[in-house]
Amino acid sequence: MTAAAPTLGRPLVAGSAQRRRMRRFLAISGMTLLASVLVSIFLMPLLYMTATAFKSESQTSVPDAPLYPAAPETFTYEGREYDVYEVPTEDGIKSWALIEPHREEAVFIDPTNPEAGPITWVGRWRTLEQVWHFELNWTSFSRAWDILNFPRMFFNTIAISALSTLGAVLSAICVAYGFSRFRFPGRNGLFLLMLATIILPFQVTLIPTYAVYFNLGWVGTWLPLIIPHFFANAYNVFLLRQYFLTIPRELDEAAMIDGAGPFRILRSVIVPQAIPAIVAVTLFHFFWAWNEYFLPLVYLQGAPDLQPLSVGLGRFNSLYSGEPTVIQAAAIMAMLLPVVMFFLAQRAFLRGVVFGGVEK
Amino acid sequence: MTTDTASAVPTKAVLRRPGRLATRDSQERLFGLIFVSPWIIGFVVFSAVPMIASLVLSLTDFDPRQADEIHFIGLANYARMLDDPALIKATAVTLRFALIVVPLTLVFALGVAVLVNSTVLAGRNVFRTLFYLPMQIPVVASTIVWIGVLNVSNGWLDIGLQAVGLPAIDWLNSQFWVHPALALMGLWGIGNLMLIFLAGLQSVPTELYDAAKVDGAGPIATFRHITVPMISPVIFYNLIIVLIATFQYFTQAYVITNGRGDPGGETLFFNLNLFREAFQFYNMGYASALAWVLMVVVLGLTVVLFRTSGRWVYEGGSR
Repeated sequence: MTAAAPTLGRPLVAGSAQRRRMRRFLAISGMTLLASVLVSIFLMPLLYMTATAFKSESQTSVPDAPLYPAAPETFTYEGREYDVYEVPTEDGIKSWALIEPHREEAVFIDPTNPEAGPITWVGRWRTLEQVWHFELNWTSFSRAWDILNFPRMFFNTIAISALSTLGAVLSAICVAYGFSRFRFPGRNGLFLLMLATIILPFQVTLIPTYAVYFNLGWVGTWLPLIIPHFFANAYNVFLLRQYFLTIPRELDEAAMIDGAGPFRILRSVIVPQAIPAIVAVTLFHFFWAWNEYFLPLVYLQGAPDLQPLSVGLGRFNSLYSGEPTVIQAAAIMAMLLPVVMFFLAQRAFLRGVVFGGVEK
Repeated sequence: MTTDTASAVPTKAVLRRPGRLATRDSQERLFGLIFVSPWIIGFVVFSAVPMIASLVLSLTDFDPRQADEIHFIGLANYARMLDDPALIKATAVTLRFALIVVPLTLVFALGVAVLVNSTVLAGRNVFRTLFYLPMQIPVVASTIVWIGVLNVSNGWLDIGLQAVGLPAIDWLNSQFWVHPALALMGLWGIGNLMLIFLAGLQSVPTELYDAAKVDGAGPIATFRHITVPMISPVIFYNLIIVLIATFQYFTQAYVITNGRGDPGGETLFFNLNLFREAFQFYNMGYASALAWVLMVVVLGLTVVLFRTSGRWVYEGGSR
């Protein structure tokens, strides 16, 4: 920046540029370190979940057990297994297997030198620390899988989410097309009315709809969770309409001159152009439905075989609260698909939120 | 929002014969209504009629198990609210929780947004993704994870507290700590708020920051006098979203105590109380009345916020 500066000035400028670069480097490192620490604390519960799920049931009941999944170190001596402890001796701390515990003394064997025979150690063995080694325990996963009837719950969740997403996306495309491309009386009023329904709490329509479904025999089936989504939801329509408005009208007009009708234009002009927005709406709705708890709880309370994962997991949690390892394993299994999908399609997710500017 | 409609129509109309125009226009009207009809039908069937019906039901003692024995009881359900201890408790609990959770969530979401918007942060997209991530975890699963983390005997939060010499807290069984614990849990749901804040931060013109720098403003002064006023519409929007979500708070409260509202009724939130009245006690007339009160509160809050927004929300260019 100071190419024409006199020779005398050069070292000085170079020095300050270097200092500036240094300061920038320090700022970047500091900020990145801060963010890393913060995000680690923020996501710590996930580590807790993983560590707990892989622990054995017995490890969780031992007060001084390590935080990571581990098994007690054992040593087999003369055909029997003994736990290994850290024993303070004159030559420092030794890892010895406890073969005969007494009140004020204990008999140990040195696993590295069993030929030396039993060693009597004076002291209270209960004050000693047990030796653990890292070991993953998978039994919680298979237990959760069986107790929760996981394949069934998984199928229910996917089926309910997929059917409701199908309805939501198809109807939203249709309605967004109507709002973005056609002039009809009362259009703006209807659009505002639709946006206003966003703040309408669902409870205010809940009981009459429940009563109607009850009389139709739909309570205890998936229908109340699927059918209403075939009638377009305000969030999805809003997001798609905003995107459709950015598609140039010349494309429609060209297709119209070629003799295409409105349905044809929607199918072969609008939809192909709006794929990113449609993908975002599909993902949002699918995982919103995957996550939904209140309505499945209301309508499927008495039908455990038809419940989605959210409700099944909640019920499971209240029944097995004494078995943290199994519960955390179940939580992992329930979140695996949404989280993996999120990493695969994160751009669509993150863009979709900002683009729509609305929250589900 | 839809200003593009009015402009082009008259000029074209002059050039065409009235007859053909009428058919084209009526055709367009017809197709428009056809395409929008799914929403119109849905609105009538699933929103408008049920809303009126629930207003009517709120004046009765409706129980779906004995639907024939429904009686009109006037405003008795609304009168009952005034001395229903469960409802009074639920309302107080919800309001007290809002006082903690709304500011905490907004401040944390804004702080994270500022952090992941920083120009001196390496790997900004990675951090954005990671802070958003918990949003994608099903709420029941994340609640279960937090129940474990907040557990007094082997939860990591208490192990951490004890490691720095603080006493362990039985978060979810303490009437005092259960709200802070749920608010902490709620921080996992900041994803969308953060992204909306981020979009707001990115729309602040950089000239303003340059000008502030020239004037010698430090980072805190810049944030207070430039960033906050410039993103006030976004803060306002997020405030409404969080407030409404607090009045609808249900899943976490239901999962931690299986819907009992423990400890000491401190998690008997308004929406949980409504659920219990409707689907455990089958007092559906009363529950309809509660739903209408909820709606009036939510609408009222939104209206009040919109009315007062002129005083503190900066609308670009309008003034």
